Amino acid sequence: MGCNENGADREKYAELDQFIASLPTTKGELIRVLHRAQGIFGYLPKEVQVYVAKKLDLPVSKVYGVVSFYSFFTMKPKGKYDVSVCLGTACYVRGADKILEALTKKLGIGVGDTTEDAKFSLRTLRCVGACGLAPVVMINNKVYGRVTPDMVEGIIAECE
Amino acid sequence: MADYKFHILVCGGTGCQSSNSHEIMEALKQNVADAGMAEDCKVLMTGCFGFCEQGPIVKMLPDNTFYTSVKPEDAAEIVAEHIVKGRKVQRLLYVDPENEEHVSDAKHMEFYKKQMRIALRNCGFIDPENIDEYIARDGYAALAKCLTEMTPEEVIEEMKKSGLRGRGGAGFPTGLKWQFARGYKSDVKYVVCNADEGDPGAFMDRSILEGDPNSVIEAMAICGYAIGAKYGRVYIRAEYPLAIDRLSIAINQAREYGLLGDNILGTDFCFDIELMFGAGAFVCGEETALIHSMEGQRGEPTTKPPFPAESGFWNQPTNVNNVETWANVPVIFLKGADWFRSIGTEKSPGTKVFALAGKINNVGLIEVPMGTTLREVIYEIGGGIKNGKKFKAVQTGGPSGGCLTEKDLDTPIDFDNLVAKGSMMGSGGMIVMDEDDCMPAVAKFYLEFTQEESCGKCTPCRVGTTRLSELLTDITNGKGTLQHLEELKRLSEVIRDTALCGLGQTAPNPVLSTLRTFEDEYIAHVTEKTCPAGKCQALLKYEIIADACKGCTLCARNCPVGAISGTVKNPHVIDQSKCIKCGVCMNNCRFNAIVRH
Ligand SMILES: Cc1cc2nc3c(=O)[nH]c(=O)nc-3n(C[C@H](O)[C@H](O)[C@H](O)COP(=O)(O)O)c2cc1C
Ligand code: SF4
Ligand code: SF4
Ligand code: SF4
Ligand code: FES
Ligand code: FES
Repeated sequence: MGCNENGADREKYAELDQFIASLPTTKGELIRVLHRAQGIFGYLPKEVQVYVAKKLDLPVSKVYGVVSFYSFFTMKPKGKYDVSVCLGTACYVRGADKILEALTKKLGIGVGDTTEDAKFSLRTLRCVGACGLAPVVMINNKVYGRVTPDMVEGIIAECE
Repeated sequence: MADYKFHILVCGGTGCQSSNSHEIMEALKQNVADAGMAEDCKVLMTGCFGFCEQGPIVKMLPDNTFYTSVKPEDAAEIVAEHIVKGRKVQRLLYVDPENEEHVSDAKHMEFYKKQMRIALRNCGFIDPENIDEYIARDGYAALAKCLTEMTPEEVIEEMKKSGLRGRGGAGFPTGLKWQFARGYKSDVKYVVCNADEGDPGAFMDRSILEGDPNSVIEAMAICGYAIGAKYGRVYIRAEYPLAIDRLSIAINQAREYGLLGDNILGTDFCFDIELMFGAGAFVCGEETALIHSMEGQRGEPTTKPPFPAESGFWNQPTNVNNVETWANVPVIFLKGADWFRSIGTEKSPGTKVFALAGKINNVGLIEVPMGTTLREVIYEIGGGIKNGKKFKAVQTGGPSGGCLTEKDLDTPIDFDNLVAKGSMMGSGGMIVMDEDDCMPAVAKFYLEFTQEESCGKCTPCRVGTTRLSELLTDITNGKGTLQHLEELKRLSEVIRDTALCGLGQTAPNPVLSTLRTFEDEYIAHVTEKTCPAGKCQALLKYEIIADACKGCTLCARNCPVGAISGTVKNPHVIDQSKCIKCGVCMNNCRFNAIVRH
């Protein structure tokens, strides 16, 4: 899947241009620009990285180096429902591994993957700050607390 | 807060927000309005109360009533009973597990009795999105005092005298750090707040920023004045959207009030703060890596010296402090260094915030004077171990720390004591484990974390953590030997002595500390191929006790891989070569005829 220069994309690039133009300086602002680009495009495919490199006058290798270094940046599109399992320590000791296992089974995908129909993606993250509710699963911005493997079925059904 | 007769405080921390605290607030507001009480009763959303386990929390002022596990449907009753008729809603009160009594006043709860709130003084008291409430609780008075009554040198002296040590992990004296930064001459200097909170299982920095962002802003301005810096930066995790929002709101309000910007409070002092976003790399919490990340680079650490105080952000003198460190600063100027020194221990004055989690009854955020014992924290504040299980260990210091056991419980907590016991303070994660937790598996959990987070710049850390994690995987899978344990020790020491930054140097700590205190458990894994805690799936064995088996066939019908055979009314057997150790049979047998070992 790439980003063709169709209408919708052109608008997105225009939005990115506008953001870059609004910065007082572009010196050292690569990460800020990438955050915005990911916000606009949903992920950072090669085309977007090349574009950012050109705009900020940086080698593409440098942009790629930064994108691949930080786990927040993703080069794969996320699903409509972005399912993240917290694997922070508090969640781990309360059985987060079992929840992850149940989710991989239910969705039929591994960590970092997206389902064929682009509906679900599965990720892990470290401590969302709701340790009191451990173990925790987050779907888009909604937090599900005190999750048990039995609840996985219902949580996914709720999205569908 | 004087104009209203009642205040209803609704917790807006991440934990409670995820259990609908917004809807609760809206419902309360609606009911208050419907009851015609809007003039007398103010409903507001605050930061975390710390008692997240029993959230969502609603607190009533002035009588300090503490309602737990509140639902939006409860709003009508709270308003009709508590506000209108002056009667507490009994069923929502916290129930003391010791004597099953309803506790109506928060200060009588065991959870709060031993706590002392300095860094968290405003969390759960004020609306963090309203600077007036911060000001009403003496906010910005410390900045005013510093700017108008003290020279920068005096500010630094006071900080040094307070003995405040950095809460980000290393415990370096804050006043001394400021003195170094002041010592380097430059027109451009930076004050940086490290809000990259990376320890997976700690959320105190997040709670401070969500519950009391102004205290951090005020402290950074004081530091700017002391070291001669005009520019402030907060480096915050992009994964903390609520904290980012609240901090942005606070910065804007402070600018409107002339508390940030040019000529603050009518003096010559100019200072402003900008946010910069992290992007999910634990190593960026290390200050040199953080600075590279702020410059838009890969967040790889570099050797010190030069320290940031000499050459930091864009090679200018830079002072980096942690969020919780900042939150302590204004109080020190309001109440004085002597007051601060009187709290805590001689070498670690003040308090420390801990994120208490794991197999403990009261999971949440607590703040205690340094010198409080682990026993007090776990059994009194934490309410003991969940489900009446047996305490096994408490892990402090996150991925850089170690495990403490029963014999360490009476140790007074401070920076030096924890190190002496083979762990460390770290940022304040405190994970309690019970008899069901397997120590080699815990070590593996941390090593997988550091391996994933190693930036890869130096070999001992990149290759070493991978190798350590492989060894631990073998051990927990029943493929370990005594040789593995020797190798773990040897390699750990090499990594500790040769890695470039703190991440690598401390990565072996979870292994070394569990090997030291739970050697038996490691040996059981490699020689007997058993997991004493019953956690490592590959080492479990399910067996049917022939004498107890009634031959009901239930297990055979439910086993997902058909590993159980037998005929009706005759004892069944499990074919170990087929069994995948799912435990279904044991959970279903009504005669307790199946055992795991
Ligand atoms: C691997 C690693 C991760 C760290 N993560 C953090 C962090 O998340 N937050 C933090 O404040 N300090 C962190 N530190 C400590 C910082 O390098 C630095 O010492 C601290 O921000 C200084 O502030 P303080 O003196 O107020 O504690 C980390 C250090 C290392 C080696
Ligand atoms: S010790 Fe690890 S994290 Fe630190 S610089 Fe070396 S590879 Fe990077
Ligand atoms: S369920 Fe229990 S009693 Fe029934 S056949 Fe299996 S082991 Fe025997
Ligand atoms: S543990 Fe699971 S796989 Fe093994 S015998 Fe029991 S039901 Fe079958
Ligand atoms: S460890 Fe999962 S929310 Fe904190
Ligand atoms: S989030 Fe509500 S008490 Fe902590």
